[in-house]
Amino acid sequence: MKNKGPLFVVFLLFAVLLSGCSPLTVLDPKGPVAKTQSDTIMFSVFVMAGILAVVYILYIYMLTKYRATKANEDYVPPHIEGSKWLELIWTIIPVIIVIVLSVVSVRSTAAVETTPKGYENEKPLVIYASSSNWKWHFSYPEEGIETVNYVNIPTNRTVEFRLYSYGPITSFWIPQLGGQKYAMSDMVTKLRLVAEHADSYLGRNSNFNGKGYAQMEFEAQAMSPADYRKWVHDVKTTAPALTKEEFNTLLNTPFVGRKTYSSTHLSFSPPPMEGKDMSNMNMDHKTDEKDSSSSTKTDGMNMNHMDGMNMDSMNMDHTQHSNN
Amino acid sequence: MKWDEFFVTGEPMIYAADICIVLASLAIIIGLTYFKKWGYLWREWLTTVDHKKIGVMYIISALLMLFRGGVDALLMRTQLAMPNMTLLNAQHYNEIFTTHGVIMILFMAMPFIIGLMNVVVPLQIGARDVAFPRLNAVSFWLFFAGAMLFNISFVIGGSPDAGWSAYFPLASKEFSPSVGNNYYSLALQISGIGTLMTGVNFVVTILKMRAPGMTLMKMPMFTWSILITSVIIMFAFPVLTIALLLMMFDRLFGTQFFTMTNGGMDMLWANLFWVWGHPEVYIVILPAFGIYSEIISTFAKKNLYGYKSMVVSMVAISLLSFLVWAHHFYTMGMGVVGNGFFSIATMAISVPTGVKLFNWLFTLYKGRIEFTTPMLYALAFIPSFTIGGVTGVMLAIASADYQYHNTMFLVAHFHYVLIPGTVFAVIAGMHFWFPKIFGFRLNERIGKIAFWFIAISFQVAFMPLFFLGLNGMTRRMYTYSPETGFGPLNMIATIGAFGLAIGFIFLVYNIYYSFRYSPRDTTGDPWDGRSLEWATHSPVPEYNFAIIPTVDKLDAFWFAKQDKKSLFEGKKIEEIHMPNNTGGPFVLGVVFFFLGFFLVFSWWIPAIISGVVVLILLAMRSFERDHGHHIHVEEIVETEQKLRGDNA
Repeated sequence: MKNKGPLFVVFLLFAVLLSGCSPLTVLDPKGPVAKTQSDTIMFSVFVMAGILAVVYILYIYMLTKYRATKANEDYVPPHIEGSKWLELIWTIIPVIIVIVLSVVSVRSTAAVETTPKGYENEKPLVIYASSSNWKWHFSYPEEGIETVNYVNIPTNRTVEFRLYSYGPITSFWIPQLGGQKYAMSDMVTKLRLVAEHADSYLGRNSNFNGKGYAQMEFEAQAMSPADYRKWVHDVKTTAPALTKEEFNTLLNTPFVGRKTYSSTHLSFSPPPMEGKDMSNMNMDHKTDEKDSSSSTKTDGMNMNHMDGMNMDSMNMDHTQHSNN
Repeated sequence: MKWDEFFVTGEPMIYAADICIVLASLAIIIGLTYFKKWGYLWREWLTTVDHKKIGVMYIISALLMLFRGGVDALLMRTQLAMPNMTLLNAQHYNEIFTTHGVIMILFMAMPFIIGLMNVVVPLQIGARDVAFPRLNAVSFWLFFAGAMLFNISFVIGGSPDAGWSAYFPLASKEFSPSVGNNYYSLALQISGIGTLMTGVNFVVTILKMRAPGMTLMKMPMFTWSILITSVIIMFAFPVLTIALLLMMFDRLFGTQFFTMTNGGMDMLWANLFWVWGHPEVYIVILPAFGIYSEIISTFAKKNLYGYKSMVVSMVAISLLSFLVWAHHFYTMGMGVVGNGFFSIATMAISVPTGVKLFNWLFTLYKGRIEFTTPMLYALAFIPSFTIGGVTGVMLAIASADYQYHNTMFLVAHFHYVLIPGTVFAVIAGMHFWFPKIFGFRLNERIGKIAFWFIAISFQVAFMPLFFLGLNGMTRRMYTYSPETGFGPLNMIATIGAFGLAIGFIFLVYNIYYSFRYSPRDTTGDPWDGRSLEWATHSPVPEYNFAIIPTVDKLDAFWFAKQDKKSLFEGKKIEEIHMPNNTGGPFVLGVVFFFLGFFLVFSWWIPAIISGVVVLILLAMRSFERDHGHHIHVEEIVETEQKLRGDNA
């Protein structure tokens, strides 16, 4: 009876929580990366449940069988030094489990660190996601557009998020599309995700970075490639360009809501590593092309678009959000 | 600096705390004066070098800090109980979770463990004190100075607000301009020096001062765990000290070690912090394993199963603990190879830990299990800690960690490791060794009520967090919206937190109750113990053992009782050489407190003066002649007779 109280509560909670609730976000994946992670988690949960079962069965057996109240008056417990064989068993079996889990860990990590299977043929869509207190800037170098606090992506195509931060370390996380990665001020990290369903997903910064941390969320909207192209076109024709002054104002405003621009900040405020590459541009053109071809190309594009654009037109759906 | 910047203003809760602090201080001062206890306090406690009294002071400080950290936890849990609560604003919440973490790990768990090891280790190895008793007092007063410095931050100047891990650049002057993180850097440096010296002290004590016949492999398991812990302290704490020193330079003197400009590396801080931080986890968990080993063996009335593999697994854990720090930031983008290495190393730790778990279970096998209060905590530890352990292995899988990292899942995991692991252990240890120090047991009935409140509330408070984490709730958010659906589980967790608080109240009440009503123990061995601490009287006389026992095997005291023999046979009482009390360590602690305080506020001239005083005190110590004192045979015989309760 005694000591099973906490256990009982545990099981009760497990039962209630697993049966009663809608699927937990992390275990409800909407893309291959999150799927790999969800499968890995569920695999490890089953292995761990097995281990827990062994421990709990032994525990309950020992506690029910060898209580002092059950023993004879004159029972004296024997002196047992240990057992070579038993101790070997509970060393070797865990070693085997750890080996299996190690293989799972390394393989699944390799899987989520590369372009997901089945999407290798198409070039990933590059989006720079940078954080500043307390918002997310999304720069699309290929399209030459930029958004704040929301990101639209095409479905069924790898999106390579290149992450960095204008300030404290943040962590870029869209749970239903895949696990997180840090955004730091002195390097660019990469996170490849694919959305397989057109839907709206909650994304957030998951690494504490000060006062506005709790509110540092964004919406990741996955849409069909056609819708995505239409949206890009709309932005390019209607949204204002992002000037250096405007960008600095953005950086210094804690909360700005949604914003949409028809040019990126990459040209005048380049990401940390690529910034170095660009300064090398005049000296060694070849390395530059290899390292940061995308960003240099798009800078040219941005300029063209800025020239030919009507900056005053603010009549599209997404820009209306910017006033919120 | 203006006075309204010096004192924290604008928060009713802070004003209430101000009033409480003033009233409590007045009450203490008036009480001491009224009962004429100043002399007693100075002679018996502030100047003591007795390891038992120092241990008791550590434990009292730890209980006070448990209260402080617990209040922080209750405030946080109340704020999170429902969506959009407004009890705390973001800044206040950030300060509170930071101080909760720092206080619980560094000013509660550590001193509680160091307190128990101070009380128990010299007794377990049959020594009269630690190797360097005066240094031991310095350790305590430096810890205490650091703890007090850290604790005043919330009313004077503002608390640190960058998390207990104080990641840069968030903790840099640019993003955290208040003095809060200066407190962090200085208070931890000061108490860290104390901890480092404790590590040195106990390595020497255990290696050099064991009773005759007690070889390393005949040491009680708790002493083994402390030996290994002390070695980890000696290797890990210098890293923290240096990291904090660099942090202090960054914040006070404008260096750029961890900042965003001039080549500063924010992730260098994260690396240094966790190179200390992960071994730190084992600094607080290995002694807990030692405590459980003693308690389970005592109340199963059996020797510890697989003693050798217990020792080997602790050594293995201590080595591996230095090879896993990067699992705290898999998400930094180290790639497959880096993450793979740290993932495998981390999972490897589960093997020796599992060995220990099975050895405890098989210590129960064919035992005669008595469900005393300390044993209840030990038995609640096994299933709860196993959950903490297996979720740790889940977190070790790098790809999956990308989803757990920074979420409530992680919070649940480390509370499942630290509360059943460390907190249950120190509470169990306190109940177990209480009669040794004070000569009477804590009341079993109230102890069990407290236990059930704590054990059940713990599950209620932390089990929901696993699910909240998997549902996408991150740690350190001060609020959340109703649409997230986090509300109900958070409410359950908050109820659990208050249950824990009720358990804690029973625990403290039990100490008071037992002081007044508990029957006095005259045997010195109320639990039918196995190791040497039970071979002497309770309360333990100043010199611990009138005669140093001779040991020929593990659990020698137990076997001596079985064979109706004595460990003291064939030896006569001789004069005992003991160290003198000294006010030096206390004064040093006070000066260090002011040095730290002045540095926090960059008041250079007073800081320099305090620094010079520290150096003068150290210099004076090296010219001081102190040969200790001798306790004469007649005096010992008299004390022994009195403690034995006979007049002959």
